[in-house]
Amino acid sequence: RKDHRGGGARQSLGRGPVPRGAQSCRRRSPHGGRCPSAELELVLSDAESRRRVEHKTEEGKKEKYFLFYDGETVSGRVILTLKHPNKRLEHQGIKVEFIGQIELYYDRGNHHEFVSLVKDLARPGEFTQSQTFDFEFTHVEKPYESYTGQNVKLRYFLRATVSRRLNDVVKEMDIVVHTLSTYPELNSSIKMEVGIEDCLHIEFEYNKSKYHLKDVIVGKIYFLLVRIKIKHMEIDIIKRETTGTGPNVYHENDTIAKYEIMDGAPVRGESIPIRLFLAGYELTPTMRDINKKFSVRYYLNLVLIDEEERRYFKQQEVVLWRKGDIVRKSMSHQAAIASQRFEGTSSHTEAKTPSQTAENNSRQ
Amino acid sequence: MSEAAVADTRRLNAKPQDLTDAYGPPSNFLEIDIFNPQTVGMGRARYTSYELRMRTNLPIFKLKESCVRRRYSDFEWLKNELERDSKIVVPPLPGKALKRQLPFRGDEGIFEESFIEERRQGLEQFINKIAGHPLAQNERCLHMFLQEETIDRNYVPGKLFLS
Repeated sequence: RKDHRGGGARQSLGRGPVPRGAQSCRRRSPHGGRCPSAELELVLSDAESRRRVEHKTEEGKKEKYFLFYDGETVSGRVILTLKHPNKRLEHQGIKVEFIGQIELYYDRGNHHEFVSLVKDLARPGEFTQSQTFDFEFTHVEKPYESYTGQNVKLRYFLRATVSRRLNDVVKEMDIVVHTLSTYPELNSSIKMEVGIEDCLHIEFEYNKSKYHLKDVIVGKIYFLLVRIKIKHMEIDIIKRETTGTGPNVYHENDTIAKYEIMDGAPVRGESIPIRLFLAGYELTPTMRDINKKFSVRYYLNLVLIDEEERRYFKQQEVVLWRKGDIVRKSMSHQAAIASQRFEGTSSHTEAKTPSQTAENNSRQ
Repeated sequence: MSEAAVADTRRLNAKPQDLTDAYGPPSNFLEIDIFNPQTVGMGRARYTSYELRMRTNLPIFKLKESCVRRRYSDFEWLKNELERDSKIVVPPLPGKALKRQLPFRGDEGIFEESFIEERRQGLEQFINKIAGHPLAQNERCLHMFLQEETIDRNYVPGKLFLS
């Protein structure tokens, strides 16, 4: 989607792969030119107040980026600094773009832009001194969450460009977008009986089918029939990243967590509790068929291992979602709720979160 | 309205366990011992056989206690049958020790006591691993091997299930 405001219609030129990092300065020159005589800087108007979050780069490094939500305005200024104040800088125009794109690692030449906004800042001409240009992209749609994965990357960034005959001067600034959801209206538990005929029958139960990223998986495993010698049992969180379509679908599975829930041999009638805190793991929300390009889904894998290292497992998908931050209640109220965990109390409803109406997320 | 910041992590309700289940014998009892090696025969027909005693409460085995005599080639036969008919990865047997069968050795070769003991241990590990495999328990050859006095090599291979 291209949205051109101010200036004539401009086609953005096709770009090759861009360097990583929160800000990157790229020189574009067919002759591999040296440092140009001008420098660009991108500064957000709310850089002081806006929250920054950590996001892993493609190389696995953690860096901080400004956090935006869908619908928020992206505004700031482009600062053009001339390195040699007495020399004139001729140019073919200055613009700033806001881009949301999906990049498949096996097909780097083609970036799929799902958001593409342009603002022209200056018509072709020349500069004799450094200048600052204000810009504002109002109520920008950011439909998907930023994601850096094994085979695909979805990113949002600002890009300022000074077009010149030989070397363009370009500056990019990546931002991170989070998509928020509220408590789902329907969040049934998962309860199933599985097993191997005459060998092993279990009933597993997870308290919800949809969990937010700081949630707790509460569940239990009930043994109905145990004719094998079980040594221990664990629950794994598996992330599956799917890229490509049709015959070229590729799944990349990654075990995010392994959590032992039982050590020793159970017998019939035993119940093993599960309490798995998700906040400790690197998880993203479930992403389904993003722009028809990729998906990220999560599965709980219950694994039983017997004395001879044979593995018996049952995989179950869970939906993960991102909850907005809330205003914290007083400590005494929190302590009251936590204490109910051990009392088997009648004020059952107070500690239950999903039945309450969804609160307003604290974002503009 | 903001919801509680602390999630409800109380255990899910569970049926209390029956005490006879809790304190009774487990349903997965299966023990196979290999012991009492005996070397019989003369000259080229000489061989060692081992006693194989099985105790179990698994319903898939017809006999809850059985005792048979088996030699190394019987174990090889079982391994081949399972590799051919079942989808399982069969664990390795202790070695064939062909070198020990060559003449002009200073010791008893394959009838050396220490070798027999080593082999006995390997066979015991092998059979316990196999007999506990749910898929192997469906193979007729395993049941014949463990519980019938002699192995009928002309048997009809097939699967067995609990009715």
